Amino acid sequence: MKRVYVNEEWCLGCHLCEYNCAFANSGIADMATALKGKPIYPRIHIEGDDKISYAVSCRHCSDPICVKSCIAGAIYKEDGVVRIDKNKCVGCLTCVLVCPYGSLAPDEDGVMQKCELCMRNSCGEPACVKGCPNRAIVYEER
Amino acid sequence: MKEYVIIGNGVAAAGAIEGIRKSDSTGKITVVSEENHPVYCRPLISYYLENKTDTERMNYRGADFYENMGCEVLYGKKAVNIDARAKKVVLDDGAELPYSSICVATGSSPFIPPFEGLEKVRNKFCFMTLDDAFAIEKAVNEDSRVLIVGAGLIGLKCAEGIKGRVKSITVCDIADRVLSSILDADCAFVIQKHMEENGIRFLLGDSVACFEDGSAVMKSGKRVSFDALVLAVGVRANTALVKDIGGEVNRGIVVNERMETSVKDIFAAGDCTEGYDVSSGEKRVLAILPNAYMQGHTAGVNMSGGDEVFDKAIPMNSIGFFGMHAMTAGTYDGEMLEEKTEKSLKRFFTKDGVLKGFIIIGENERAGIYTSLIRERTSLDTVDFDLMRKTATSAAFSPEIRRKKFGGEV
Repeated sequence: MKRVYVNEEWCLGCHLCEYNCAFANSGIADMATALKGKPIYPRIHIEGDDKISYAVSCRHCSDPICVKSCIAGAIYKEDGVVRIDKNKCVGCLTCVLVCPYGSLAPDEDGVMQKCELCMRNSCGEPACVKGCPNRAIVYEER
Repeated sequence: MKEYVIIGNGVAAAGAIEGIRKSDSTGKITVVSEENHPVYCRPLISYYLENKTDTERMNYRGADFYENMGCEVLYGKKAVNIDARAKKVVLDDGAELPYSSICVATGSSPFIPPFEGLEKVRNKFCFMTLDDAFAIEKAVNEDSRVLIVGAGLIGLKCAEGIKGRVKSITVCDIADRVLSSILDADCAFVIQKHMEENGIRFLLGDSVACFEDGSAVMKSGKRVSFDALVLAVGVRANTALVKDIGGEVNRGIVVNERMETSVKDIFAAGDCTEGYDVSSGEKRVLAILPNAYMQGHTAGVNMSGGDEVFDKAIPMNSIGFFGMHAMTAGTYDGEMLEEKTEKSLKRFFTKDGVLKGFIIIGENERAGIYTSLIRERTSLDTVDFDLMRKTATSAAFSPEIRRKKFGGEV
């Protein structure tokens, strides 16, 4: 299955992926209206320091511990993609407590959200990959 | 064809069903469910009272779960005994279910101390099941004064859940602090203060001497008048079915890492069991939902002839009250390292070169990285822990380790 990977040697730490992610999942047609002057809640984030940087998003694990641990039965796996039913989530953060990669974070309302590979939003392909200026983030089979 | 009997219908049972169906799509699965509800998210009963969810969304699985999994569920039935020689489970209505293997997923029951005068208290409740939540919902209103006995996870979640529905809430506990099973004194005090600011009254280090005339008389001599009483003193694992046939039982049903009990073809999972806690190296009851699912799944895989071990259990909790969140994991053993900021308090416990446990109140982004250090018993020599304790980040690992975590399928 194709997943999102980042080559940290090439990641500039520019944070564009975060903005592209937030925009792709905003449901709003133009980027300025969606993001300008607002805090963003992307499903990918940059970690690192002045020496290295890399983007982190859901690994879509083969045996995802978040799915097994969700106390609301809100996280599930479908065709290899780990998804969340935001309607069922109660914001208990147990998924944050168990994910070894630090891939999940809440949205502006405290409801959890996660990378679902842009399969159901307006982008239709991972927006972080599409907009990465240095092609550090890739979407491929490994 | 194999015949599987699952005793219990909670999350451990759901795990067992899904574990069985990984490899056996045709075996007969019968679920014995005392509660008249399909599997639901039990920790959500307080969110239900808080109107943050509803019975529909609380279902752990979709409406077609049992049908898709090819299970028969016997609602309102209780298993009263296991005949291990004839390989039959006997139900309270006299029915007998032959089995190839059993998963005992009977959970736990509230422990109710023999308080003097308790039998005369009319409006008394436990807070374990959806039906308990329905009963409390019906019994309280904006004039109700509620006394909750027990300041543990169940008692405090109940307090938060009903806060908006009642006039006043008093929580008492014999321990001198709240959440004494998962927080140290300082962290407990932070949570207590926050709950007090949100209108919860506490009587700690005090316990009920007796109940009389709609009041609790405390050992300290104080009197607490109430309209409704919630008993959240503690729980006991439901072990009788295995104990009665000579299976090994301590505080819970003893299981190995394959979830086998000491009796052949009988597995057990969830809150009724006592498993191995890798953070303390001791056997203990780990009554938390993730553990229940994972144990159940492992039991199911092994019941159907597969081979799975679950050997990474640790205690852990992510729990919030009125917007303040606490995360805890592992055992508070060894040297304590503290990180304090205006917004958060983190305490880490390290011993023998590994992280044993932590308590975080406040900023908890990516805390799972810490939890994973405990679960995997990662040598802290391989981690820049000075960086890690300030902020949970994979940048504290070497590039090689990071490549393993992020560079391929995991």
